Amino acid sequence: MTLPLSFVFFVLLGLSVYFYYHAKSGIVRKAALLSDRTKALPSHYGQQSFLWAFIPSFLILLVLTIGGPNYIDQIFYNKIQELNPTFNESFVSLILAKVINVSNGKISTGEENIIMLAKDYKIAFEQLHFYRGLVVILCAALLGMIISYRQKPGSNAREQVEKFIVNIFFASAVIAIFTTVAIILSLFFEALRFFNLYNFFDFIFGLHWAPNVAIRTDQVAAEGSFGMIPVLLGTLLISFIAMCVAIPIGLFSAIYLAEFATPKIRDFVKPTLEILAGIPTVVYGYFAALTAAPFFREIGFSLGLDVSSESAIAAGAVMGIMIIPFISSLSDDVIRAVPQSLRDGSMGLGATKAETIYIVILPAAIPGLVGAVLLAVSRAIGETMIVVMAAGLSANLTVNPLESVTTVTVQIVSLLTGDTEFDDIKTLSAFGLGLALFFFTLLLNIFALSISRRLAERYD
Amino acid sequence: MTSKFRTKKVEVSYGDKKAIRDISLDIEKNIITALIGPSGCGKSTFLRCLNRMNDVIENCSIKGSIHLDEQDIYGPDIDPVELRARVGMVFQKANPFPKSIFDNIAYGPRIHGLASNDSELKDIVHNSLEKAGLMDEVKDRLNDQATGLSGGQQQRICIARAIAVSPEVILMDEPCSALDPIATAKIEELMNELCESYTIIIVTHSMQQAARVSKKTAFFHLGDLIEYNDTDKIFTQPENQKTQDYITGRFG
Repeated sequence: MTLPLSFVFFVLLGLSVYFYYHAKSGIVRKAALLSDRTKALPSHYGQQSFLWAFIPSFLILLVLTIGGPNYIDQIFYNKIQELNPTFNESFVSLILAKVINVSNGKISTGEENIIMLAKDYKIAFEQLHFYRGLVVILCAALLGMIISYRQKPGSNAREQVEKFIVNIFFASAVIAIFTTVAIILSLFFEALRFFNLYNFFDFIFGLHWAPNVAIRTDQVAAEGSFGMIPVLLGTLLISFIAMCVAIPIGLFSAIYLAEFATPKIRDFVKPTLEILAGIPTVVYGYFAALTAAPFFREIGFSLGLDVSSESAIAAGAVMGIMIIPFISSLSDDVIRAVPQSLRDGSMGLGATKAETIYIVILPAAIPGLVGAVLLAVSRAIGETMIVVMAAGLSANLTVNPLESVTTVTVQIVSLLTGDTEFDDIKTLSAFGLGLALFFFTLLLNIFALSISRRLAERYD
Repeated sequence: MTSKFRTKKVEVSYGDKKAIRDISLDIEKNIITALIGPSGCGKSTFLRCLNRMNDVIENCSIKGSIHLDEQDIYGPDIDPVELRARVGMVFQKANPFPKSIFDNIAYGPRIHGLASNDSELKDIVHNSLEKAGLMDEVKDRLNDQATGLSGGQQQRICIARAIAVSPEVILMDEPCSALDPIATAKIEELMNELCESYTIIIVTHSMQQAARVSKKTAFFHLGDLIEYNDTDKIFTQPENQKTQDYITGRFG
């Protein structure tokens, strides 16, 4: 008899729902018998039973489903090793893989030993599935019954249910934080391996970026050089150009939308601006490469300037256009959140609309505006696709927007794609770049927050 | 006795809905005039007509004429921004700007260029705070946030802010409705002092307040002006039955 995962899950769910109604009607009956009032609503007792029947059993199901196969694999691994003590680790793993594949029917083999093991393997899995189902269903039924039996009209089910809900919120927050910490740690340790191979200060302050190293160990090639300054400068340059486009246009359109536009115009303009946010960045990328870059080249040419066909200005300008809706939409909300009473107060003193906007409304909206700009900057720094397509890969140390530059994210992509070894200095340098980018954006965030705190005018 | 405001057949509608109709009344100079009436009777709407604050509201249309010193304030050569500098306003909820006390008072003089240098500006701010009776309470913390003051002090900041522009008229829209009796008493006292140099028009829900501070009272009901007379008369021998019912608390 087999008990597949979906079957077990639905039985568990069904049982839990049953105990919900069972407890809900049961508590009403108990209360009537004692001619007493229930302390919480009947549905709270139902929820309590549901949670007790569902949550522990569900956790058991989760553990057995994830850990069970690993456990079986481990047992068979040891078995194979016992049978063939001379085999080395990777060979044992190979045999285990073969056994698993045979037991699944994916491949067939003539080797008696393996067929035997495969049969055992299959049986072990069936047993695992059977006992998993049995344990989960029994646990749910048992806990459900116990809790329903123990519930008295005087017991406070509400408290437990609410506590559980609070814990869910807490757990969600913790998961988010743990994930972030885990990402940072993995980045950090990989970067540490890079700094074992390459001097930290040469990386941070190096002015030359040329990650060309031998592809094979027996090959002769120039030593790679990993100075991140040109790459970081490229990121800064392109982000700066993007912000020069996005901040004025985004902010001014937000002011127009929030303060001047009639509802009719607003209903049309705001969604239209937000369409910009929905365009995939690849599309922006080829717009930058095929339309914007030649456009800037033509203009430069007519002015007698030499513009590279892959220029920072094309990528930056198009990136700026991509970011406009972030700034305009968020700023619009922030500006509209400034209380009408402040506008009235200013107008009542004979201020014009423009005076009201820059002396009263914008200062009051500063924290939110800084937040909007910050989000846009992180977007710009992290943006990869447009730069790959329109700004190129060559790491020039320049602040000339007409030349071709590259950015941190683009370099990471080009270092990690293709046929590379994962303990190679070239590959590991990507993690160094990632860590540098992380610290850079972190500093930027801290800086911007402190500025906004200093400028903020609090209203309430 | 001279009139400051002269309104004739004023009618205001928001979209299709008429908020007030056929309001004709003269408001005298340098006294306090109270506008009373139940909620939704149009008294605030009428008040906001006097400095064209209704212009800001969408689909609000105004008919009839309002003259300030014989000048039609809805005339083509009137700039509402200049008008509002002459006719200041204090609102129901104290709305100091989230700036320092000094900057709050200096806001009006700055935008209208009333002071040619810093010491003149300082004088204006100090005078206004003095007139609003607030100087003693805030003189050591002019650079603190105005939003950190108590509700009554915030409302007096708003009055001082209005005075700083040297208006001719101050409109007050239920200025004490969010304040406790002590703060209310202070503001009423202040109004009494101010009416020597300013014309004050106050909208209030408190009939005691109208009786205490005003010289003339207008009673509004459902968008109509029911009765307009000396305050003493309105509260002792009203001519209209509705006024009688309202002031004795039979409705509203």
